[in-house]
Amino acid sequence: MSTVTDLTSLTAAQMADGLAAGEFTSVELTQAHLDRIALLNPVLNAFLHVDSEGALATAADVDARRAAGEELPRLAGVPIAVKDIACTQGLPTTAGSRTLEGWIPPYDATIVTRLKEAGLPILGKTNMDEFAMGSSTEHSAYGPTRNPWDLDRIPGGSGGGSSAAVAAFLAPLAIGSDTGGSIRQPAAVTGSVGAKPTYGGVSRYGVIALASSLDQIGPCARTVTDAALLHEVIGGHDPMDSTSIDAPVPPVVEAAANRDLTGLRVGIVKELTGDGYQAGVQARFDESVELLRRAGAEIVEVSCPHFDYAMAAYYLILPSEASSNLARYDAMRYGLRVGPDGVDSPSAEQVMAASRDAGFGDEVKRRIILGTYALSSGYYDAYYGQAQKVRTLIARDFEAAFEQADVLISPTAPTTAFRIGDKLEDPMAMYLNDVATIPANLAGIPGLSLPSGVADEDGLPVGIQILAPATQDQRMYAVGAALEALLAEQWGGSGSVLDRAPDVTTGVTTGASAEDAK
Amino acid sequence: MSTYTQDVVSYDEALTRYDPVLGLEVHVELNTATKMFCGCAQSFGAEPNSQVCPVCLGLPGALPVVNARAVESAIRIGLALNCEIAQWCRFARKNYFYPDMPKNFQTSQYDEPIAFEGYLDVELDDGSVFRVEIERAHMEEDTGKSTHIGGATGRIHGAEYSLVDFNRAGIPLIEIVTKPITGAGERAPEVARAYVAALRDLLKALDVSEVRMEQGNVRCDANVSLRAKAGDDATAPEQLAVPLGTRTETKNVNSLRSVERAVRYEICRHAAVLDSGESILQETRHWHEDTGVTTSGRPKSDADDYRYFPEPDLVPVAPTRERVEELRATLPEPPAQRRKRLQADWGYSDLEMRDVVNAGALEVIEETVAAGATPAAARKWWMGDLARRANEAGSAVTELGVTPAHIAELDGLIRDGRLNDSMARQVMEGVLAGEGTPTAVADARGLELVQDDGALEAAVDKVIAANPDVADKIRDGKVQAAGALIGQVMKEMRGQADAAKARELILGKLT
Ligand SMILES: [Zn+2]
Repeated sequence: MSTVTDLTSLTAAQMADGLAAGEFTSVELTQAHLDRIALLNPVLNAFLHVDSEGALATAADVDARRAAGEELPRLAGVPIAVKDIACTQGLPTTAGSRTLEGWIPPYDATIVTRLKEAGLPILGKTNMDEFAMGSSTEHSAYGPTRNPWDLDRIPGGSGGGSSAAVAAFLAPLAIGSDTGGSIRQPAAVTGSVGAKPTYGGVSRYGVIALASSLDQIGPCARTVTDAALLHEVIGGHDPMDSTSIDAPVPPVVEAAANRDLTGLRVGIVKELTGDGYQAGVQARFDESVELLRRAGAEIVEVSCPHFDYAMAAYYLILPSEASSNLARYDAMRYGLRVGPDGVDSPSAEQVMAASRDAGFGDEVKRRIILGTYALSSGYYDAYYGQAQKVRTLIARDFEAAFEQADVLISPTAPTTAFRIGDKLEDPMAMYLNDVATIPANLAGIPGLSLPSGVADEDGLPVGIQILAPATQDQRMYAVGAALEALLAEQWGGSGSVLDRAPDVTTGVTTGASAEDAK
Repeated sequence: MSTYTQDVVSYDEALTRYDPVLGLEVHVELNTATKMFCGCAQSFGAEPNSQVCPVCLGLPGALPVVNARAVESAIRIGLALNCEIAQWCRFARKNYFYPDMPKNFQTSQYDEPIAFEGYLDVELDDGSVFRVEIERAHMEEDTGKSTHIGGATGRIHGAEYSLVDFNRAGIPLIEIVTKPITGAGERAPEVARAYVAALRDLLKALDVSEVRMEQGNVRCDANVSLRAKAGDDATAPEQLAVPLGTRTETKNVNSLRSVERAVRYEICRHAAVLDSGESILQETRHWHEDTGVTTSGRPKSDADDYRYFPEPDLVPVAPTRERVEELRATLPEPPAQRRKRLQADWGYSDLEMRDVVNAGALEVIEETVAAGATPAAARKWWMGDLARRANEAGSAVTELGVTPAHIAELDGLIRDGRLNDSMARQVMEGVLAGEGTPTAVADARGLELVQDDGALEAAVDKVIAANPDVADKIRDGKVQAAGALIGQVMKEMRGQADAAKARELILGKLT
C-alpha cells in the first residue's frame, strides 16, 4: 500500500491532528480519498456524484489558510461525503430518485453551509434509497450500493452510500439522515458508527424531507469520537428550521473523551432483544453488556410495552407525512417532466400524473398510496390519529425507562447484512430491519450505533445501539466511546472491527466489475 | 347530477316564498413587509417571479418559518372581531394538486384557528345595526397567480397554456368566516355588502391590509342558500327552525357592489330552480361583473377531501395572555363608534355625515380639523370644489396635491379677514396648480382684502352718495337693502374688500 492509501485509513481525528501538525496537506488527503473513490466506487456504487474539483479547491484553500497561520476549525481539511438528500448548491441532488435526475439546487442546506464554513472538502454525494425509503439502498433509482464486507450484500439503508463510503475508507466522515434508522442500521451492517441526534438538534433546512416529524440529520464515521466531532460541526440552532432546538449543541466531543462508566445505569430494553434477533447479533450484544458491567456500569432491565405498536404507528405516520412532502414533485417547476402517452396537448394535471408515474419507484408509490389513504377523511382518526396516540405512549415508555436508567441499549438491527434482492419483494420483511431503531424517531430521542463485533455464523459486523433522553446526546457518546475502548482492548490490532473486513480492493485493481467480484 | 336552469325569478317574488341564508368567507391579504413563511418581500406589481425563494417556490428541502408580524395582525383582527384568541393552535396542511400551488399543499389552519367565536355589528343604510356572527379567523398563505392564455374564457379549460407568477405564493392571508347569516330576510344582499364594507373599514383602521378590493387585497366568497319561508318575520323562531337549503359558493366577488348583486342574483336563481321542483347543485360559481350573472364552476361537496393534518414543519402558535392583552391595547376605536363621535364633535347632519363617509373623506376631514380648520370649512372644501376636481380627474381627493394643512391655512386666512370666499377660491386654484402654500399663493397673486379703513370708508361714502334712495331705505330700517350697497362697494374696491366690514361701515353711517 502506498502512503497515500495509508492516509485514508486514519480516523478523522487523526487526520485533523496530522493536518494541524503539517504532516500532510488537505490536498494530499483529499486526493488520496478521490483516488480510492475512483478505484472502488465502480464496484461499490457508494457515490452518485463525485466533485473532485470542488473538494480539491476547498482543500487547497484550507491548506493556504493554514499556511498563512490562520486559526482553523478542528476538522478543516478533513474530507466528507454528503448523502444525496442534502441540497448542495451547484451539485446535483437527487435523493436517489429519477424525478430529481439532473436537478441542481440553487441553495445549500444549512448543514452543508456549516460543513463549508468549517472547511471540510465535500467529496461528493452518496447513494440512498429513493427519498430515504428503505433499509438496503436497493430502492435507489441509480442501482444498489454494495457492502464492502461482502459485495453480494446490502450496506443498509437508506444511507447505504454513506455507510459503505465510510466503511470502505472512501471517506472518513459522511452525512446521513435518519427517519427510522437510516443512519444507525447502515452503520451496524457495515461495521461503522452512526448517530441520530435529538430531534431538532441538527437543522433540517435544505435536507429533502421524507417525514418531517421523524427526520433527523446526523454523522456517519468509523469511531465514536469522529462522529462527535462531526456532530458538533453540524449541530445547533438554525432559525430557518422552526423545529430546531434553540440551545447549544450538547457537549458530545467532551463526552466522547470522558469514558468513565462507574455508577452509570444502563437499561436493556426487554422488548428489543431475544426473539427475532439473529443468534450472532444477540451474542455480541450480550458480550457488550458484560463488558459494560465489568467496567462499573449498573445493568438494569426495563420494559417499554408500547414498542410492540411502534412499527405499525411508524408506517402510518411516515407515509402520511411523506405523501404530502412528496406532492411538490409535480414537474411544474423542476424535476422530471414527461407527457402522457398518446395525448397531443396534455393538461397540467395529465403531465403531473405521467411525470409522477415515471419519476417515482415502486416503494415511493407504495408509501404515497398508504399515506394518502391514512389521511383520508373518515380514516384519519383510525389511522393517523391513532398512530399519534401510540407515539405519545412510546414517548412515555421512554420517559419511564429513563427514570430507571441513564441510557438504554439494544442491538441496532435484528440481523447482519442480508443479500441483495432477498427482501426486495417482501416489504414487511424489509420494514422489520428497523424494529429497534424506529422507537427513537417516534419519541425524538437520540440514538447511536457502534460496532459490537462480527456474528459467528456469517462473519459479518453487528451493531449495538445506545439511546439517551432528548437533548442528552452526550450520554450516548460517553457510553459509546467507553464501550468502543473496551471492545478495542479485547480485539487488539487497530481496535476497529473493520480490521476484520476483507480487502475490498482485491480483484478490483485489475478493473473487475461488481459482477466479477461476486 | 340534477340539471338546473339559468332562469331567475324576480327578487320580490323570490322573497315571498323563500328565506335567504348567507355565509361569507373573506380572504384578506395582510400588509406585512414579508411573506407568511419566508423572507421574500411582498410588493404589488413587481416583475413576475422576482419575489421568490426556495421556501415559497416549494423547492426540495425548504422549510417554513412563521412571520411573527402576521400572527400579530391575525390576533388583532380576531380581537377587533370580538373573537376568542386560541391559547395554542397549529397550522395544518390542506393537500390538493394545482399548478400554481408550489408544494401542492396550502399551509393553512384547520380545526385550530387562531381566532374564533366573534361578531361584527354592521350598520345598514337606514342606520339600523345587524350583528353578523363570526365563526373563525385563521391564518394561511396565498397561492401563485395563474394566467391562462388562449381559449375563450380566461379559465384553465380551453387555454393553450398558462403562466404562473409565484410572487403571490406565500403572501399572508387571513380568512374570516361568518356563521350562517340568518334573519336578514329581504335585506340579505344589503347585509352582505354592509358586512364586507364594515370589515374593510375595520381592517383599514387596524392598518393590517391595504384593503384594495380591486387589487385583490380583500376577496369575498359568498355562500347563498334558500329555505322555505315560514312567515313574515325572518327572525322568528319558526323561521330559524327551518333546515338550511343546499348552498352555492360564488367565488371572488371583488367589489362591494358586486357582493350585493351576486347575492341578489343567486337568491333569484335559486328561487327559480326550487320553483321548478329541482334541487340546487352544491357547487362553486363564478360571478361575471359585466353581465351580472353567475355561472357554474366546479361541483363542490362536503366530501372534498383535503387530507388535512397538522403541519409538522412548524411549531404551535401559543400567544401568552399578556401578549394578547398588549395587542388588544393597540386596537383602534371601532369605526362605527368613531363615526358617531366625530359626527357629534363636528355637528354634521346624518346626511352630511353619510356623504362624507361614502366619499371616503372621513380621515382627511379629521386631519384638516386637527390642523385647525373648522369642521364646516373642512367639509365644504373636501366635499365641494375638491371632490368635484377629483371626480373630473378620476383620482382620489387626497391625490390632488392639496393637504389638510393647506385647507386649515386657507380657512385661517378667511377667518383672519385676509381673504374672502372668492379670493380663497382663487388661492385654491394656485395651490392646485402647485404654486405653493395658500399664503404663498395669496402673496404671489396679490390677493388681500383691503385693510385700509380710509380707502374702504371713502368707497362707502361714495356709494352712499351715489345711491340716496337706497340709503334712505336703510335709514328707514330696511337693513336688508344694505346688500345692494355692499355689492357696489366691493365693485369699487375691485373685490379686494372685506364684505363684512363694508356692511358694518354702511350700517354705522346710516342707522
Ligand atoms: Zn420566498
